[in-house]
Amino acid sequence: MSSETKQILTTDGIPLEVSLKKAEKKNKIKAFLLVAPLLLFLVITYIFPIGDMFMRSVDDRMVTNMLPKTFKAMEKWENLDELPPEEVYRGFYEDYKLLAENQQHGKLGQRLNKEKNGFNTITKKLFRQIKRKKIDESASLKEQINKLHKRWRDVEYWQAIKRTAPPYTASKYLKGMDMYFAADGSIAQVDEDRRIHRILWLRTLEIAFFVTLFCFFMGYPIAHLLATLPMKYSNLLMICVLLPFWTSLLVRTASWMILLQQQGIVNDFFVMIGLVADDNRPEMMYNKVGTYVAMTQILLPFMVLPLYSVMKTISPSLMRAGKSLGGTPFVAFWKVYFPLTIPGIGAGCLLVFILAIGYYITPALVGGASGTLISNQIAFHMKTTLDWSFASAMGLMLLTGVLVIYWIYNKLVGVDNIKLG
Amino acid sequence: MALPSYTETRYRIWHYFYLAICTFVFFFLIAPLFVIFPLSFNAEEFLVFSEGMKNLDPDAFSLRWYKDMVYGTKNPWGLAAKNSFIIAIFATIGSIILGTLAALGLSSRHMPYKGLIMATLISPMIVPLIISGVAIFFFMAKAGLAATHTGIVLAHIILGTPFVVITVTATLSGFDHSVTRAAASLGSNPVNTFMKITLPLILPGVISGGLFAFVTSFDEVVVVLFLAGLENTTIPIQMWTGLREQLSPTILAVATCLILLSTLILVTAELLRRRSERLRGINR
Repeated sequence: MSSETKQILTTDGIPLEVSLKKAEKKNKIKAFLLVAPLLLFLVITYIFPIGDMFMRSVDDRMVTNMLPKTFKAMEKWENLDELPPEEVYRGFYEDYKLLAENQQHGKLGQRLNKEKNGFNTITKKLFRQIKRKKIDESASLKEQINKLHKRWRDVEYWQAIKRTAPPYTASKYLKGMDMYFAADGSIAQVDEDRRIHRILWLRTLEIAFFVTLFCFFMGYPIAHLLATLPMKYSNLLMICVLLPFWTSLLVRTASWMILLQQQGIVNDFFVMIGLVADDNRPEMMYNKVGTYVAMTQILLPFMVLPLYSVMKTISPSLMRAGKSLGGTPFVAFWKVYFPLTIPGIGAGCLLVFILAIGYYITPALVGGASGTLISNQIAFHMKTTLDWSFASAMGLMLLTGVLVIYWIYNKLVGVDNIKLG
Repeated sequence: MALPSYTETRYRIWHYFYLAICTFVFFFLIAPLFVIFPLSFNAEEFLVFSEGMKNLDPDAFSLRWYKDMVYGTKNPWGLAAKNSFIIAIFATIGSIILGTLAALGLSSRHMPYKGLIMATLISPMIVPLIISGVAIFFFMAKAGLAATHTGIVLAHIILGTPFVVITVTATLSGFDHSVTRAAASLGSNPVNTFMKITLPLILPGVISGGLFAFVTSFDEVVVVLFLAGLENTTIPIQMWTGLREQLSPTILAVATCLILLSTLILVTAELLRRRSERLRGINR
């Protein structure tokens, strides 16, 4: 049938369909080439490094590469509740001797010490014996090493070495949740008084949640006012929202540090109205109060702007219609106006929550010890302890959380409904 | 917002309550910025209003912290300001070029995988800064660009392009493509069409995206803290160090200057937005 229909040809004699496809393909390539430079740049400098973070967070090849013979011999170690056979001792001795010759034994000791406390001492002891050439390689190494220290006779230490065998580990992620791999490989909780990370995660969520809530309750009325006032007034008031928005984060944090200090203006005001005694001024900075107040003010514009842009599109006649149909102003607001602003509420809350959950600078400056968040902990491990793999693991846990929130938001409201400014 | 005369009393009360809340929130938003102005002219070293200042005694005010900011021997503000401006300007140029090109491609209806690519391009805006900081630091350390201006500029291009992509895509959404076709049919080549027709029309979007990129770079501290060495110190780093160690009034002098700068940027951005709205209004 198709052979019967006459094909439409272009002036060049090529069928129109083919010509059109060619042109479309050309346009596709053209569009893609425009995007390509930025895409390539971001993939190389940003997306790959995030993948690199993941590799670092699970990478545990250091010991695997340091003790190849040990792990080979350990494959034959069957009853894990008893001390390993002679081959394992020999493999470990040979690996360790090589490391000692290359001055790498210290790293191994430290790494194993993290796995099981007390390892550093006994590996150092072994090192001294090797250096003094006191170990007879022709005799049983198991007996000689066991004689060095009672810990070498403790099977738990050999189990600890075995646990470091896999090249990849999830232990950093467990550490981020205050858990660890116990001796038998099961997952255990750290002692109650040492669960610092869980407190930080919960505090981060709590602060992000309440800051979002405060921003919503403060942002909704003023966004409504801005959207309903005549243009000439609302433009003027808009400056109150936009000027903080464009002002440096550090400047705004600095002003809160001045306002909230003990001799600061807020405290002066409280004393003046008789709320607190002059000699009993409350500490409002370096605790959660400071973090809440400063973060709410700093993030408020991110709530107001999306709300405003949605409210601006709602016709005032809808409220009038609601009222004329017999609704009280409250009912008209709740049944007509409020549902229409949900995309704006969603966008504003999402924006504020996600910004708040990753906040770092303001909590570090006004938060003190009880106001620090998970980001501060990541920065601490990046800059102070230099445990980059742990910092990466916690960063990725935070990122996963953010992506989950996006996903939920997308299911509930739809990302397409986000409006910015 | 005047209430009609027939309004019931309880709604009238509610209305005034609502206005009071709004007043409070506006005050909460803007007042902290104004605390900095008078205190930066303090003649004393303390960050509280002295008795003299409360009585408006002229002797209680001075420019000594501004002098300290400019001439102070120990103060690194000069170097920091120079670095900040250099880095922000190059980062803005880079963001504008890469971002505008990408937005042009994304606005084409022929673009494949639009959603996925858009998500990738604006991801630096969504991912918490601390994570971006760690990732970018790993890259720059490997590439040997840590503690260099180039490294910081590249990092700020990463953070700044999403704003340009978003604003330019928004401007292009109201763009009438028949004008470029008209130009092409009149014999103009694509580059010429872009420079003479497209660019002038989308310029407000490009500039406001550029302003966002500039402010992002100029104000950025998390990523810079990971990347900068002593030579690459910027204004935000100096402020961060100063706020952590000792709150000196010199910081307030710097902060006042920054507020003036942001006012300038705000006015420019607002004028551009209105111009852009006007232009888009004509197109419709």
